[in-house]
Formats: sequence, C-alpha cells, structure tokens
Amino acid sequence: MENITKEVWVFVEQRDGIAADVSLELLSKGRKLADSLGGVLKAVVIGHNVKGIAENTFKYGVDEALLIDHPKLEKYLAQPYSRILNDLIKEKRPRIVLFGATIIGRGLAPRVASSTLSGLTADCTELVIEDVTYLKKDYPKLLLQIRPAFGGNIIATIITPDNPVQMATVREGVMEMHEVETPNTVIITEINYEPNETDDVIKIIKQFREESKVNLKTSQIIVAGGYGLGTKDNFKLIHELAECVGGEVAGSRAAVDAGFCESERQVGQTGVTVRPKLIFSVGISGAIQHRAGMQDANKIIAINNDPEAPIFGIAHYKIVGNAEDVIPMFIETFKQKLK
Amino acid sequence: MYKIIVMVKQVPDTSNISGKVMKEDGTVNRAMLPAVFNHEDKEALELALQVKDKYGAEVSVITMGPPRAVEMLKECLYMGADDAYLVSDRKFAGSDTLATSYVISEAIKHIGEFDFVFAGRQAIDGDTAQVGPQTADKLNLPQITYAEDVLDLKEKTATIKRRIDGGYEILEAKLPLLITVVKGAKEPRPFSAKRVMAFKNSKSLLDIEKMGNENALLPYTNLLEEYKSRNLFINTLTMEDLQLDISRLGIKGSPTKVHKVESVVLAGGQAKQVDANREGLSTLIDELLHDHILG
Repeated sequence: MENITKEVWVFVEQRDGIAADVSLELLSKGRKLADSLGGVLKAVVIGHNVKGIAENTFKYGVDEALLIDHPKLEKYLAQPYSRILNDLIKEKRPRIVLFGATIIGRGLAPRVASSTLSGLTADCTELVIEDVTYLKKDYPKLLLQIRPAFGGNIIATIITPDNPVQMATVREGVMEMHEVETPNTVIITEINYEPNETDDVIKIIKQFREESKVNLKTSQIIVAGGYGLGTKDNFKLIHELAECVGGEVAGSRAAVDAGFCESERQVGQTGVTVRPKLIFSVGISGAIQHRAGMQDANKIIAINNDPEAPIFGIAHYKIVGNAEDVIPMFIETFKQKLK
Repeated sequence: MYKIIVMVKQVPDTSNISGKVMKEDGTVNRAMLPAVFNHEDKEALELALQVKDKYGAEVSVITMGPPRAVEMLKECLYMGADDAYLVSDRKFAGSDTLATSYVISEAIKHIGEFDFVFAGRQAIDGDTAQVGPQTADKLNLPQITYAEDVLDLKEKTATIKRRIDGGYEILEAKLPLLITVVKGAKEPRPFSAKRVMAFKNSKSLLDIEKMGNENALLPYTNLLEEYKSRNLFINTLTMEDLQLDISRLGIKGSPTKVHKVESVVLAGGQAKQVDANREGLSTLIDELLHDHILG
C-alpha cells in the first residue's frame, strides 16, 4: 500500500452560510480520532463568504482549515463540490474523511469515494481507532466503522484495511459536540477554485426551506410510538401522552414507514439520535437500529404487550400491557397528582 | 424519444430476520430470506413510466443479482418496462457499493446511449444510498439525489424537484443525468393483467441454460431461439459479456470489509417492573416526580 498519512478530515457542510451541527459534532469526534492516530484534524469548508465558518471550526479542535471560497460555490451542487474534494483527496491522501449523513453528505460522500476509490461506510453509530488483525495480517490503527446493519438487526464493524483513505458518514446527533479549552492557532489555507463547464450542467432555480417545528434533539421528554400501536388512530395516544407530560412525539422506523408519524420524528440509526431526560417507548419492539438512537436517555419507560420485547432489556421501567389501557390510565393518574 | 435506464434491486425482506441468516464470515445468507422488490426502486420505475407516458420514452430496467432476481424483473415488465437486463455472475458475490457501482456502470455502458438513469434512493438491506451517486461518478454523469418529481422535460433539459434538508429545491439539469428517487415520490402502478399474461414465462439466459442442462431433449440453442422469438427472453449479462476487471469486483474489489458482526445480547433484568394498573402507575409517577424527571 502506498504511504499513508495521519490526517483526519471533516467536510464542514454549510447551508445559507451556517455550519451544520452534524459537522461540528464530527469535528469533536475527529479530534479524538486524530489524537488516537497521533495526527492532525483538518476542516474542509466549501462555500461563498464562509471564512467565518472556517475560523469557527478551531473551537472544536481543528489544526488547520482548508477553505475553498467562490461565488459559484455558494450553494451545494454535487459536481463542483465533489470535483474539489476529489482533487484534494487524491493529492493529500488524508487517512480518514468524515461527512454528515445529511441529504448533501449522502450524495457527496459516495461520489467522492467512487472517484478516489475509497471505502465508505454509511450511517456509522461509533468510530474508533484500533489495531486490527484481518485475515492473519496486522493493520495498525485502523478506523473501525461501527453501524447497525441489515434492517438494524445486527451490529457490524466495517474496516477498510487495504486502502489509504477511509471514509464514513454519521447522522446528526450521534456524536457529541464539545468545544476545546484551548483552541489551536487559526491556520486557514485558501485553495483556489477554477470553475469548469461541467459545474453548470445543473442549475438551482428555486430553493425553499423552513425551520422544522419538530426538535427532538433538544427535547427533555420524548414519547415514542412504534408499529405495535397497530393503527394511525391508536398513535393519537402518543400525542395525548406527550401533551400531558410536556414531551415531543417521536416514532420508530416501522411507525414512520406505516405512516403513523412524519419521518422527521423518526428516532434511530437512520433517524435522529436523542439523549432526553425521559423517553417513553410505547409499542416499540426495540431493534438495534432504534435502540442506537435512544439508549443514552437518562430514563427509559417501556410499554409493550410482549414481555419478551428487546426494548425491556435497556428500559429502566418495564410495563407489560396494552397502550390503549396503560396510556389513558397514566394520563388520568398523572393529572390527579398535579391537582 | 427518450431512453431511460432504471436501476432496480431485489432485496431480502429485512423485517423477517432470524439467526440462521447470518453466515460465519459476517455476510448475509440472502437465500434464507424472502426476496422483495426494493420499494424506492419501484417508485423510480413508476416515475420513469410516467415520463414515458407524458413525453415518450423507452424504459429499460437493470439489476445486478442472483438468477432469482428475474422474478423482480418480470414485475417491472408487468408494470410497463420495455425490456429488462439481468447482470449476474457468481464472481459478483460479496461486492460492496463501490464494486457494485463498477459492475452496474459497465453494464449500462454496454446497453448503450441513454438520456436518464433512474434509481431508488437506497435499498432496505444496506440503507447506504451509495450505489446511485457512485454509478453517476463512474458514468461521469451529473446526479440529483432524493428526487421527488420530473416537473418538465424540454429537449435535453429536465426540471427536477428534489428534497433537501428542511425543504425542497427545483433544479434545471442538462441530459444525460442520473437521479435517485426518494420514498413517497410516486405510488407504483398495479401490474397490467395483459402484460402479466404476456411476460409471465420470461426467462433469463441462466434459466434457459439450466433448462437445457436438465433436459437433454431440449437443446439449449433451440430453447434460446424460441424464447427470443416469443419475446420472453430477459437480457443477461455476465462477467465475460462485460469484459470486467476481476480485481475491481466481488470481495477482492471491495475496499470495505466486514470485520465483525454481533447480534447484541441485552443484559436484561435491569428494568424495574411496573404493574399495568393504577397502583403501579401511581408509584411510578411518584418516583418520577420525586426525581424531578416529570413535573
């Protein structure tokens, strides 16, 4: 294998000039990975008038920021963004490149991995550096890319042993954001962007965004419902309980797929990762992919009519019963106590 | 007339997993699971058929998979696809997304000129959403992921609506173009009874070879001619047809390797049992109020 570096890069995604939270979370994780490697952390910032974003990354432990700033790069487009990253990665050969598993990251990372022939693992829930023996060969300090796989029924550890560049995407909220106590001196390396006619084959005609009304990540109390509720009508119980305890409504993947609630309310590996004070888990069996997104809750109350449901394995309180019976009883008892 | 190639995948029904399904090496024994048509790919095909209905197009579907994926290709024909390609070879087994996109992109080049490649955003077995963009890169095509609709098509320019984080955007793109279609974009049409009758006996080259091997009275070449003449032949592309570089496919051509697979055993027994009656809930609520978790 060609010479390998000890650089960890994070693609810092920005929308309308604001860095995505997931990118800052990845910088915090990237700092730890760089320390384990004995290497450096670099932020890659692409956009227009985004020098402020590059400066801000140093709060999260960056050693150097690579800045590509040009009017034509104001908004994300797959082709120019991937072309920039492809060229940089082919030239500098970072050891690890991390992307947020956002709509942008999930389009950009695979395109870059393809062009640079890098291994890429999607939606990792943990990233660790470890010495690995694979097929009787020793690989020092590989990136373990850990993720639930196969519908969330198992946990797989993926490695990229024979490639110089290891890539991964991570969902928002999975890693924790930390500001470092003493940031490094700001070093910003500006990289020239030369427009290319292939960058113009797609034009943005209109863009519409609105602030999401759902904010699971910051909710202290969450009431999550699953497929076990059976019908969308029964899912109203989740809303009633949430209103009663002042919580936010969430759903498992199966509940979202069944149309019981909106996809932005999905908790789990392929949805949002939450760390609330309290989560009610109602009619959710508890597949790994769901648990990955909520097992760090301070208190878990599981309500399920199957006493063997895996969710009980991580719950603090176990209630075996039907949601139709338990929830109204809970609401009534709770209201009486508050009187 | 436009030419659209739709990438489709037959996936194991991941809602139905048992311990026997995982192999020692951590890969999945797909043969143990019922196989279904990946729903987002089906939506991509529906969008392609709507483009065909509105603007005129020839729609081909392509899949990489084992011989039994023919069942899904037949479903594509029942919905209205004009022809189907099975890309299949034992040597493809164990391919990760990078190796898969290499094989598929070479197969698409083999099919010939096109205006669009459509695909589902992701498949439910891996949920990676990687093969679409990786194929776009290998075919040197612009890509639009998370597409919801083709709003307009004029000569070689398409107007596409796609989802973005927190909203949507409208893009104008020059063809050729690859788009991946997101869940909920288009409700797939039911099978046409007439087309089911016409195509239900379709076979791939691999099926026909097998029939020929099993029955000495049915010479392979005669069978092949017969199925072709009755329009029941599903195009089949193997490693040799595509003249692929073996170092770029299968486990060898896949940079990512499965190092370990664990089915997590939960500790269990840690949870405090709460009776599902007023008394039990009352005690629970008292505890939560006392700990300032509620109220």
